[in-house]
Amino acid sequence: MSLQSIADLACPAPLGASETVLLGHGSGGKLSADVMRGVFLPALGNPLLACLNDQAIVSIGEVKIALSTDSFVIHPLFFRGGDIGSLAVHGTVNDLAVGGAQPLFLSAAFLIEEGFPIDSLRRVVASMRRAADIAGVTVITGDTKVVERGKGDGLFINTTGIGLVPSDVELSAHRARPGDVILLNGSIGEHGIAILAQREGLEFESEIESDSAPLNGLCAAMLEASTDIRCMRDLTRGGLSSALNEIATQAHVGIDLRESAIPVREEVRGACEMLGLDPLYVANEGKLIAIVAPDAAEDVLRAMRNHLYGAQAAIIGRVTDSLAGMVTMRTPLGTSRIVDMLAGDQLPRIC
Amino acid sequence: MKYLDEYRDGAIARALAGEIACVATHPWVLMEICGGQTHTIMRYGIDELLPRKIELVHGPGCPVCVTPLETIDKAIALALRQDVILVSYGDMLRVPGSNSDLLRAKASGADVRVAYSPTEALKVARANPERQVVFLAIGFETTAPANAMAAWEARREGLKNFSMLVSHVLVPPAIRALLATPQNRIQGFIGPGHVCTVAGYKEYEDLSREFRIPMVVGGFEPVDLLESILMLVRQLEAGKACVENQYVRSVTYAGNLPAQRILKEVFEVGNQKWRGLGEIAGSGLHFREEYARFDANRVFDLELIAAEEPAECISALVLQGLRKPTDCPAFGIGCTPEAPLGAPMVSAEGACAAYYHYRRHKECS
Repeated sequence: MSLQSIADLACPAPLGASETVLLGHGSGGKLSADVMRGVFLPALGNPLLACLNDQAIVSIGEVKIALSTDSFVIHPLFFRGGDIGSLAVHGTVNDLAVGGAQPLFLSAAFLIEEGFPIDSLRRVVASMRRAADIAGVTVITGDTKVVERGKGDGLFINTTGIGLVPSDVELSAHRARPGDVILLNGSIGEHGIAILAQREGLEFESEIESDSAPLNGLCAAMLEASTDIRCMRDLTRGGLSSALNEIATQAHVGIDLRESAIPVREEVRGACEMLGLDPLYVANEGKLIAIVAPDAAEDVLRAMRNHLYGAQAAIIGRVTDSLAGMVTMRTPLGTSRIVDMLAGDQLPRIC
Repeated sequence: MKYLDEYRDGAIARALAGEIACVATHPWVLMEICGGQTHTIMRYGIDELLPRKIELVHGPGCPVCVTPLETIDKAIALALRQDVILVSYGDMLRVPGSNSDLLRAKASGADVRVAYSPTEALKVARANPERQVVFLAIGFETTAPANAMAAWEARREGLKNFSMLVSHVLVPPAIRALLATPQNRIQGFIGPGHVCTVAGYKEYEDLSREFRIPMVVGGFEPVDLLESILMLVRQLEAGKACVENQYVRSVTYAGNLPAQRILKEVFEVGNQKWRGLGEIAGSGLHFREEYARFDANRVFDLELIAAEEPAECISALVLQGLRKPTDCPAFGIGCTPEAPLGAPMVSAEGACAAYYHYRRHKECS
């Protein structure tokens, strides 16, 4: 990345006139991007950080290493389909995997509130161990801090992971070209709705489970199927929309989706209708998108569908050369609309 | 999904649009009242499907948008008191008051909680007897019965620490105000389907007769709206002016009688200020004397600060259907969902936000 483009990214944009940190600054939407560009990049900026990817990839001698860190703050700590422990493993493993890396080692830091039950801590750590074993990673170092009662919310976990990137793999949003195809590995919105349902005590006819899963096996299978994958992103906070908007902005391309091609389970659709939420913005923990050269799309799609975490994979849209930086979507009516990045968290509407 | 997929069906929608194009021989200006309908029109690009002759203008039916600035300022002032927990619907949190909003108040230490229904506010009050719990109760005839129910329940239980900051508005007086302005261009209304589910549509017949204007009570899905537009255009082309009900799967002539009863029990009709429109006679709901002790305005000594809208914001004209959001010089530049100047840029149902989120590419291309 040239110095000029870093300078552009590091423009000290005003923080939306807010003098204090708002919850929305952590939502993964526009406010998060503002705090990144307005606070962190001006102070810490360097070419690697300025890539603003979920992982940094750095060469040390002949070896390419991917490094990623993520903090996990979730309520409830135990939810349908997972818990904060498995999530802390999957989150960092996935951030490494979508960078093309084979995740190897994790660190785990625990911020615990005084009074937290040891038994719950044991359950969380046992779950981390199971998730790590399944993902093929090892937790090799860690840290524990305890804060006074009332100064934390039970338990926060940070994990940092490293992995090796094969020398011939280079994934970057900047490689996206008009005509490229966008692949998604399955139905969206399950994690966010499962958490919300449990937190708010909402009961649906069938229980919605978080999709939290390790995606490194799927990523490896995709990369084996083709060398023409331009980039991959896992969809977490901010959902499908944030990931696609980030790519469109970074690559200066347009992205055009087909609404009818995006898989959403009936239960999730129903819950979203009821709560006034749009599944495109709801969080996921086991979903990724890949931008793939048109000729490679079928091979990659087949590889995805043959994998446990890609059985419902679909082509959901294309990269275009019009409306650079914007994500648009063809509706079932044949009209087109923008898929915008949200300012902050999605707010449930009144009626 | 039943009752949704068939109303979002592309083939049915395009067939209806084709029929509208066949029936319309004159240009017509139609207004959809509800913000929820505006949202659907923008999200699905319904205006793109219509012949150029049909112009849709967007009504004031966004409860977040028309809540007076003073009410927002009062809510923020209450939230900042140590002894108060302020409970609100989610999309009120970002609405700009004179100097701040509830999200910022929350960040600076105010206890602001988001609820899906007023009964959740009652739960908060029961769980925190040592603190005052205030529910920011806003909305049209749709949300008012649930809020009335919360006050009724609080009275029955004898809750001492619960009150509501109420800003309830009624649709028919607002339609009357719009039609009575000399600049009015509206020739037909898509009526508010959910409001009529509660209130029925008798009052709309009176308005239709008085102003000789067609009205179709419409639903909220693309096919609902296209069918409503077709019904309106048929009336207009035939020189008719009556009320028809497109949203038959939800709306009856008399409406929801138990809901109307609880409304009458708790509230009485009075004058009400609308953000952007000013005061409209008989357009609000206020607590009856028997429920006065649940009125936050009376429980707390709230000083009314005269508040002013930012000068460049044209939301008043947008809410009256006189201007489009894109006519505003601040649209997308000085006014965005991250830093909104006016309430219509905040709520998903606000016309400015709907244009910004779904249609700004039409301006670029």
